[in-house]
Amino acid sequence: MTIDKKKLILAAVASLSLLNLSACSSLAIEPWVKPYERQNLADPIMSNNRHPIANMHIAHVYEARESSRGSEGTGGGGCGCN
Amino acid sequence: MVAVVVIKMRCYLSLCFYSCLLLMSMAGNNAHAAVLQDDRVDVLYHSYKGGGMSIDGPAILLRKKTSESLAVSAYYYVDSISSASVDVMSTASPYTEKRKEAQLGIEYLHEKTIMDFSVRQSKESDYLAKSVNLNISQDTFGDLTNLSLGLAYSDNEVMRNGDEFFAEQSQQYRIRAGISQILTRNLSINLNVEAVTDEGYLNNPYRSVRYIDNTQPSGVAYQSEVYPNTRNSFASKISASYFLPYRAALFFHYRYFSDSWEIDASDIEVSYRHPIADAFELELKVRQYQQTQASFYSDLFPYQDAQNYLARDKELSEFDDLTLGLGITYLVPVKYVYGGLKSEVALQWDYIKFDYKNFRDPTAGDIVGSEPLYGFSANVVRLFYSLYF
Repeated sequence: MTIDKKKLILAAVASLSLLNLSACSSLAIEPWVKPYERQNLADPIMSNNRHPIANMHIAHVYEARESSRGSEGTGGGGCGCN
Repeated sequence: MVAVVVIKMRCYLSLCFYSCLLLMSMAGNNAHAAVLQDDRVDVLYHSYKGGGMSIDGPAILLRKKTSESLAVSAYYYVDSISSASVDVMSTASPYTEKRKEAQLGIEYLHEKTIMDFSVRQSKESDYLAKSVNLNISQDTFGDLTNLSLGLAYSDNEVMRNGDEFFAEQSQQYRIRAGISQILTRNLSINLNVEAVTDEGYLNNPYRSVRYIDNTQPSGVAYQSEVYPNTRNSFASKISASYFLPYRAALFFHYRYFSDSWEIDASDIEVSYRHPIADAFELELKVRQYQQTQASFYSDLFPYQDAQNYLARDKELSEFDDLTLGLGITYLVPVKYVYGGLKSEVALQWDYIKFDYKNFRDPTAGDIVGSEPLYGFSANVVRLFYSLYF
């Protein structure tokens, strides 16, 4: 995929997101899961970042052994190794 | 041509940045403020063994709130490396070295917005990386939605042991954006995108490519790798977390990656977390990864200087890998912890199997170009203790 095509897709996604946010406010869509209904999602067993130090380590292992990088979700700044 | 690609990439990064800023500025204010994470300290021992490499060492992570709106963090990590990998054994000698990484961060909460800033340094005998990292996230839409944006810059010095005159530089720029959405009372999803661009010396200064040379008794000769001076990549990841009715959690991740070296990659991961009685949690994981080769990669070039760019790094070849993971967490009863604090001990083990599709094992001693394809497995272990205070 060329960078120009990516720009177009990104612009479309950004526009749709803005449209979505605007639509939410104009149609007055209410948040459909109330705070008191979120106890399951707030359970520690559901936390993606339950073990941050372990997540940082496995992200480092994969970045050193594979060509993919980015979007790991650990907020890293690169492998820092050769 | 390279300059045009870099300029286009910068335009692209700018577009990403301003689109995300615009999105975040649209976010409304609702009741129910965000909070900073709990204070905690994690102490970890890690070990990686496989493919002739043995890497282990300690790590420590500390997070502490100084007030309800400000937290600081510190991270220190050590890799003790002993390498006799297939790359090393075919053209060099086994070596040992250490990598030390340190990171300091500060996190600030203002109403529904969390900003964090961190600096990081990673140092080896022949590599020094210094980076800064900025992230901002905001809850919106009744806290059903969280928008985030991040930037990072890294400046790297590349050296070569045994050659005091060798000194090269590279820089890396990262921009990332994400949206997290609660869909039902049991299901949430995340979409993250990240663009990374590198400029400068991107080679490994020790690695060589091999080419056919019939003047040599072995029929093969070696020359240094030559990489392009730029690399631009884009990764997008979708994740879902689902709470099962009997209090267990199911996680799904899919990531797609592509870069200007024509590497396309994807990985998919499913994991499951299950409590056992009140004191244990079991975690199972399966992950599959695959990638295509870089456009300038070859296991065996037909002659010297066969093309402008040359690589024989197995991480740039076509390959796939499969991870099977098992983890067990013990929730230590508070009566055994000083001050009645919450703490956990966890052991995680990952078995990773790598299968290379066009990287051959030159140490196998077969006819050049007909050696068996290379593959290896690695065992990765993490043992850690987490204390919440």
